[in-house]
This record gives sequence, structure tokens and C-alpha cells, in this order.
Amino acid sequence: MNNMKGRVTGVNGNMVNVAFEGSISKNEVGYIHVGDTRLKSEVIRINSSVASLQVFESTTDVSVGDKVEFTSEMLSVELGPGLLKQIYDGLQNPLPELASQCGFFLQRGVYLDPIPNLDWEFTPAVKVGDSVAAGDTIGTVPEGLFTHQIMVPFNIVRGDWKVKKIVEKGTYNVRANVATIENQDGETKELSMVFSWPVKVPINCYEERLRPDEPLVMKIRIIDTFLPVAKGGTFCVPGPFGAGKTVLQHMESKNADVDVVIIAACGERAGEVVEVLKEFPELTDPKTGKSLMERTIIICNTSSMPVAAREASVYTAVTMAEYYRQMGLNVLLLADSTSRWAQAMREMSGRLEEIPGEEAFPAYLETRIAEFYERAGKVRLKDGRTASVTIGGTVSPAGGNFEEPVTQATLKVVGAFHGLSRERSDARKYPAINSLESWSKYSGVIDDKMVEYARALLFRGTEVNQMMKVVGEEGTSVDDYIVYQKSELLDAVYLQQNSFDPVDASVIVERQKYSFNLLFKVLASNFDLKDKKSVRKYFNEIRQKFLDWNNVEFKSERFKQIESEINAQFDNNFVSFDEKAEKLM
Amino acid sequence: MQKVYTKIESIVGNVISVRAKGVKNGELAIVTTATGESYANVIKLQDDLVSLQVFAGAAGISTGDKVRFLSHSMKVSYSDDLLGRIFTGSGVPRDKGPNLDENMIDIGGPSVNPAKRIIPRNMIRTGIPMIDVFNTLVESQKLPIFSVSGEPYNQLLARIAMQAEVDLIILGGMGLKYDDYLYFKDTLEKSGAMSRTIMFIHTASDPTVECMLVPDMALAVAEKFAIDGKKVLVLLTDMTNFADAMKEMAITMDQVPSNRGYPGDLYSSLASRYEKAVDFEGAGSLTILAATTMPGDDVTHPVPDNTGYITEGQYYLKGGRIEPFGSLSRLKQQVNKDTRDDHRALMDGMIKLYASYKESLEKKSMGFQMTEWDDKLLKYGQLFESKMMDLSVNIPLEEALDLGWEILSECFEPNETGLKSDLIIARWPKKDA
Ligand SMILES: Nc1ncnc2c1ncn2[C@@H]1O[C@H](COP(=O)(O)OP(=O)(O)OP(=O)(O)O)[C@@H](O)[C@H]1O
Ligand SMILES: [Mg+2]
Repeated sequence: MNNMKGRVTGVNGNMVNVAFEGSISKNEVGYIHVGDTRLKSEVIRINSSVASLQVFESTTDVSVGDKVEFTSEMLSVELGPGLLKQIYDGLQNPLPELASQCGFFLQRGVYLDPIPNLDWEFTPAVKVGDSVAAGDTIGTVPEGLFTHQIMVPFNIVRGDWKVKKIVEKGTYNVRANVATIENQDGETKELSMVFSWPVKVPINCYEERLRPDEPLVMKIRIIDTFLPVAKGGTFCVPGPFGAGKTVLQHMESKNADVDVVIIAACGERAGEVVEVLKEFPELTDPKTGKSLMERTIIICNTSSMPVAAREASVYTAVTMAEYYRQMGLNVLLLADSTSRWAQAMREMSGRLEEIPGEEAFPAYLETRIAEFYERAGKVRLKDGRTASVTIGGTVSPAGGNFEEPVTQATLKVVGAFHGLSRERSDARKYPAINSLESWSKYSGVIDDKMVEYARALLFRGTEVNQMMKVVGEEGTSVDDYIVYQKSELLDAVYLQQNSFDPVDASVIVERQKYSFNLLFKVLASNFDLKDKKSVRKYFNEIRQKFLDWNNVEFKSERFKQIESEINAQFDNNFVSFDEKAEKLM
Repeated sequence: MQKVYTKIESIVGNVISVRAKGVKNGELAIVTTATGESYANVIKLQDDLVSLQVFAGAAGISTGDKVRFLSHSMKVSYSDDLLGRIFTGSGVPRDKGPNLDENMIDIGGPSVNPAKRIIPRNMIRTGIPMIDVFNTLVESQKLPIFSVSGEPYNQLLARIAMQAEVDLIILGGMGLKYDDYLYFKDTLEKSGAMSRTIMFIHTASDPTVECMLVPDMALAVAEKFAIDGKKVLVLLTDMTNFADAMKEMAITMDQVPSNRGYPGDLYSSLASRYEKAVDFEGAGSLTILAATTMPGDDVTHPVPDNTGYITEGQYYLKGGRIEPFGSLSRLKQQVNKDTRDDHRALMDGMIKLYASYKESLEKKSMGFQMTEWDDKLLKYGQLFESKMMDLSVNIPLEEALDLGWEILSECFEPNETGLKSDLIIARWPKKDA
């Protein structure tokens, strides 16, 4: 602990200016003393002998002359066993413990130990005399579903280190000394199961970064089939209010085929976090048979919590994601909403009187967004295993207009874009992803060419629909009308998915392939339907069957029965396959 | 420390500054001028220069006027004595009642720990089918009415307040027209609800700074009553005036505007108020209904837009009716599974048919041929609008559901409704032969 002291010289909202002597560094944490309360803050600008601090709490009652103590440590999180299942605020304060200490309301200046003070069954993985480096495993503890690796802190970089002492297998407190390491100069470090890492510094203790080439299955048809996400990739979900961003992320957090999910509720409603909090412990993860909470960490800095801590919260979340990646796991980070994080930066930039860019966002907005998403990635660890951090962020564009700085900056850096549209959500077509505007650079679970064929059909169907609005159904040819009906069918029974139906809410890849192939036959066929009335009737019937089919258990009796009904109806009016499509089948 | 300062350094907009030592951020002060006294609070400190916003406005303040600091931040009195009383935005009585200065509590306090929240579970009945059936209001919900100015949103607020089974109504008026203020007062008095009502009223002719205080005053008191076990309904009208007052202040303070002149923290400022809505486990609850007028009927205007991103849905008031499209209660699914077994299905089914009606209507207006099905839809749409959507309809939920079935049976064959067969068997009205 540094004994550097300073004094408050000015207060403007959550920014406080402090006169100091000696040396301090940018992003260093300082505490402002207000009576008996210490308010955590971060140095964000230094100008000769005045430092500007963003305060992570309300600045009511701060006055000029108040004492400030600097820690010489950057804003950090604690890493170690016990992170899973936790609910933290943006600065890693455990909210349930805070509640049992302070009651209904958050209380400023109360900072509790982030990692619970538990005992763990520790099994050493090194012997005295072994050489170790940052990120090497010195032992393991069983943390719920995983073997949690206790690693040499990532900041032990310079010098050659050897194990000087290591405890025997046994139960130890998480903060007890389990190993001591020593370098060639005789300098020693005592290690426990916990260490800190500065949130704004990426953890890159791995061998190399790999291309994200493996689909991350979400069990959501429109995503896995048409707009896939990859393990180690990035994606964003912009959309106007109420379009379904949060519901979609909740579906993803339940269904995603990963080991660990980190939910960063960043500046959104507290009530939505509560739904996750109460629901997840009750839900079983089909992969592990345990409750979903076992693989989840929630970082929750909702809209009425301090703004500066909101800015920190996404970094807190991504640092934990990187930490679990170091253990060979696949981690998904879902941030809702990155726009609130950007707004937090904007508020601070305004207080610093920086020259504003578009819509008053700071000029460095793009860089910050890019840096954040860059922390995603699939990597090969030093021991050869691969692991990944995937990042998905929602964006809340002002007025629902995607031509705004945060959406635009995000689209430049992500690998997939799932844009939600007001039209689709108004029509209750969920998930309200506009499949024509959205894109993905990753490859999905179904043959690309077939998907391309289906997409082209969607485009043409939309065109026909546009035209029909002008000339009416009367003025549309039967062939065009069939194209339109096919695209509507694809939309209704495949792109849309009912997140509240127990069966339809999550669809495994095998089933997606199975349904897609059957649906593809219909999309790719010519039928002997002579007038629009019979076309309409035909498609209404087959649509109803597909919908029923979606709602029954995969490969159940009923499933097979409906399947044969669909096939029978298909055969009735089938004439031939479209040549182009036949080649793909 | 009750030191008095007599040299005002600058006066810009409603903000004054004095040189003083030992002053705390947010501290309250009293400014004494030739014409009277006003509260002011500290909004910025730089060395010994203290900036304060003057609640009554800075008009008429002279550089020699007195500023006395009170060593505490803005507070409001909390007790049962508040019931039936009317105050200004700074807590001064507007009625003839006595000044209240007992048991002062802070305003704008910290937010509820998310880990302490529970999932909302109680429906609030309003007798308005467009709310009860289609977008159920839920205890602890925060919900604005989006409307063009000129729509009867204040009437709607008053009506919901009176019919809702709540213990306490707290009305926060911002930029309220004097007539509307009198309307609320009369209506509440006539219905006998005044004794369980507290009002914090800023009218259009009152100083702007007081407008900004209204939500915090109303919500601080509401929160306290909720903790003490009361079901509290807070009405805030009109939040667009609140936002405009913030805009004015931000411009005075030379803040860089982010969107159409509004400050960059508009979202956070609105959110910190709306998020006060909560259901306290083992105690009472706080529900917020607000009016948000949309300048130029534009929902993408920064105020309705930011509000939509914060609240749990919205009611669109248009042409004197709550529109089924665009209106949304995000909490309805928490309660409408336990009302009646046909509630959800009927709600979805009727809205889908109403959407089809709108399409037929459009086709008709473009001169396309009407089919037999179109004619059925047209009949349905008209019945739906007159019997369900009309705001004068005032019936309990169950009656409204029955009415829904009646309208359907008047217009359609059962299999045309898209409703499940078992529901139809149970609920389809038997026609007398
Ligand atoms: N997949 C879905 N199935 C059914 N209903 C949905 C679905 N997605 C969204 N909804 C409905 O839309 C409402 C709003 O969705 P959601 O909260 O996800 O919107 P949002 O885009 O996150 O909005 P905001 O930006 O305001 O947070 C939900 O409460 C629900 O009623
Ligand atoms: Mg959301």
C-alpha cells in the first residue's frame, strides 16, 4: 500500500480533482475519505499536480480539502476459486453478502472480499525445485463442475522462478499460503489460491491466438443456421427498445454450448437480473445435469447504480472470462447493454471537458469498443489445449437508428451482426432478428450453399411482398405468389422460434439439420398448384403441420407421425425439384 | 457551520457561485434576497468557488444577497401528517396546512440492492380492458403513458389511481397546467381518495429548478412508505417537462449536449428515478405510472426513446384510446397465467385478429377487393374498437374476457379464431336457438 496522499480541490458530478505530490499512475485506485467512509475512485487523467478521479460512488458530501489516499494499484479484480455462481456489482462487490450486511439498499463505501473466504481441497501439481512461469498450474481444486487450476499469477514475468515450497494435498483456506516461489536473485513470492489482475489489461498468457472456426451452438435456429456465432468470436445485437435483445441474450445464456457463461448486466433494469437470479438455480443444464447457476457468473451494475462502476463492469466481466479461459474452458460473455457502457464513457468525457465527437461521444469511443471485443478469442494454451472467450453485446441505439456511433463502431469489429427490427417485434415475430440485414462471417451447422439458397428465397419473397402491396394480390403471378408463400413458410416455421415453448425454446443441431432438410425439400420444389387460392390453402396447411412439428419432442411417436403427414402432403402436389437446389441436396 | 456569505461572484441562468470553505457537494443553502428566501443546493466545487442551483430561480438575485449553508443535503419530511397534503417541488406547503419539518429524510438516496429484489407477482386491476386484458399492470412496475400533448393522459392517470387497489397515491406534477392541477385535486377530493394522497406539484409557472426536484421528493416519500408496508402508486406527470428542465440546467452549466440539446446523462437520470419502483420482500411496494408527452408525436425523440429503454413497457395513448400496437407491459406474463385459463390465449388471439383487421382496412382503403373474410374482420375490428378499446369502458377483467368471447362469436366461426379447441369448447358462447 502506497502512502501517497492528496487533497480534493474540486467536485463535478462523479469527477473529483485531487492535488497530489510525488508520483501516481493513470488508472490507479484512490480512496476519497468522507468522514468515516472511503469512496473508491480511479485516476483517469493527470495534469501536472492535479489528478482527475472518476468516483465509483455518489459524491454527495465530498468537500474541498478531503483527504485522498492512493493505492498504487490499478483497478483490479480478485481471481480464484469461488467466482462461479456469484453475483457481483461492477467492481466485484458480492451483492448477496452486501445485502445481508446492509439490507435493502446499497451502501456506499462498503467493499467486501470478492472471493468468498472458503476452504478448498487443494491438490498440488508441482514439486519443490520445479521451474514455473506465469499461468503455470501449481495445483488444483474442484470447483463445482470444473477442476479449477490454481495458477502462478500472470504478472510474474521477469526472471526464472522455481518452487521453493508447496503444501501437501489437503484442505486450505482460499487465502492461505499454498506455495512459495523464488527467482535467481533470491526474491520470493508467497502464493495463495487468489490473486488480483488489473481489469483493463488483457490476460494473454497463452501460446497463440487461433481463428474462431468452430460454431458456438446457441440452439436457436436463426442463429445457428443463418447467422452463426463461433467459439472465440464476437457478435452484437442492436435493436430498438422492446425488440427482444434481453430475452434473446437470456436464451443464449441458457442454451449456449460453452463451459462458463458470464452475464454482464450493464446499465439496464435490475428486474431483469432478478429473473436470471431466481430462474437459473431452478433450471438444469442438460449438458451437466446440474443447475445452470453452477456455470454462471453475474456482473450486475444496473441503470441506477453508479455510472463509473458501470464503465468498469464490462472490464470486470471480461477479465473473469479470460481467467477461466486460462483453464482450458470455453467462456461466453454476454453484455447488456454496451451502449450504457459507452454512455458512461461519454459522461466522464464531458466532465473532463474533452473535445466531443459525434453525438458527444469521445473521440476514443471506437478504439475502446475495438479493444474490448479484441479480448475475445480462441487460443492455444501453453499446454496445447484450446480454449475460448466469445463476446456478445447488445447495442441500444438512440431512436432505434443503427446509423449512430456505438452501433457503427461495433459493426466494424464484430464477426456477426444480429440486428433486431421494430417491425418484426411489433408483429411478434420472435426472435425479431432481421435476417436480410444481418450477417455473420462465421460458418454454421448447415451446408453454406443450402443456407444461401434459402436466403435468396427470403430476399425474393420480400420483393414479391413489396410488389404485392402496390399491385395487390390480383396483380401478382401464381409463380411469384408461390415464392412469397415459401419465404413466409421459412420465416414462420424456421426463423421464428417460440422462446416460451418448452420444446421449441431450444433446438439441438441434429434437429435443426433434420428439420431444415425437410423444409428445404418444400422450398426447392415446383408444385402443381394452379391458382392463388390453392397455393394459399396448401401453404397454410403445411405451415400448420411444421409448427405442430416444432412443438413436439424430437423423434417421439408424434414427431414421426407429423413428419409423415408433411411428407404425404408434399408428395400430393410435388412436380419436380428446382435444378439448382437439386444439386445441393 | 452556519456561516453566512454575502458576496455572490457570478449569476448564470439559475446558477450562482460564492467563495466559501468547507462546503460539501450537494449541501443545501438558503439564499435570502430582497423579495424572499429560496433554497439552493451545491452542484459543483472548484477550490473555494461553490456553484449552487437556486430552486426559486436566480431572477432578481443581487450580488450582495446572503447565502447561508445548512450543513446537510436536500431532505423531505416523512410522517403520516403528509397524507392529504400538497407541497411544491421543494417541499413547501401549497395548501393552507402547516410547514412540516419533523423526521427529515434524504432524497435521491441509494438504489435497492438487486439481490434484494423479487419477481413481481401481483396484478393491479384498473377496470380498463386494454390494460387488464392486453397489457396487465403489475405491482412494482414502472410504466409510462406515451402520448401527444392534448390527449387525456392526466384523466387516464387519475382514473387508474382511483380504481387501483393501493394504499397510497403520490402525485408528482411537473410543469403541470394549473387547470390540470385543479382537476387532479377535485377528482381526488370528490372520490374521497384525497386522504390517502400526497402531492408534490410544480406548475408551469413555477421555477424550473423545482421541477427537477419533484420526482426525487415524491419517490423518497413513496419509498419510505413502501418500506413501512404500504402499497404505493406514484404518478409522475409529465416526465418530458422534467427532462426539459434538466436540459435547461445542463446548458446553463455549459455541458456538451448529446442529442437534440439533452445532456449525455439523460438516460442515467431518468433511470435512477424509474428504478425506484420495487416490491420489497416482506414489506410494501412502489409502482410508477408516468406521463411522457412525445414532442411532434415522435417516439424516437430523446425523452420517449430513453424512457422506453428504461421502463417495463409503455401504454400508447392515441386518439383517446390505448393502442394495442406499440403498447406493451413487459411484466404481464408474470401475472396473466394465474388470472383465468383463457386470459393469455384470448389476449394473443384477439390481437392477431385485430392486426388482420388493420390489414383488411388498408386493403380496403387502397381499393382492393374485399373477400368474405375481409368483411368478417372489418366487423370484428369495429366491435373491438367500440367495446374494448374505448376508454369509457370500465369493467372487471373477467367481464372483459367474457365480452371478448362474445365479440368473437358475433363475428367468426370458432375455427377461424386460431384459438385452441379445448378453450373453444369451454368458453364459446352458446347461441340461443
Ligand atoms: N423471443 C421472444 N418471445 C416472446 N416474447 C418476446 C421475445 N422477445 C421479446 N419478447 C417480448 O418483448 C418484450 C421486450 O423484450 P426485451 O426486454 O428483450 O427487449 P429489449 O430489446 O431488451 O428492450 P430494452 O432495450 O428496452 O431493454 C419482452 O418482455 C417480451 O414480452
Ligand atoms: Mg433489454
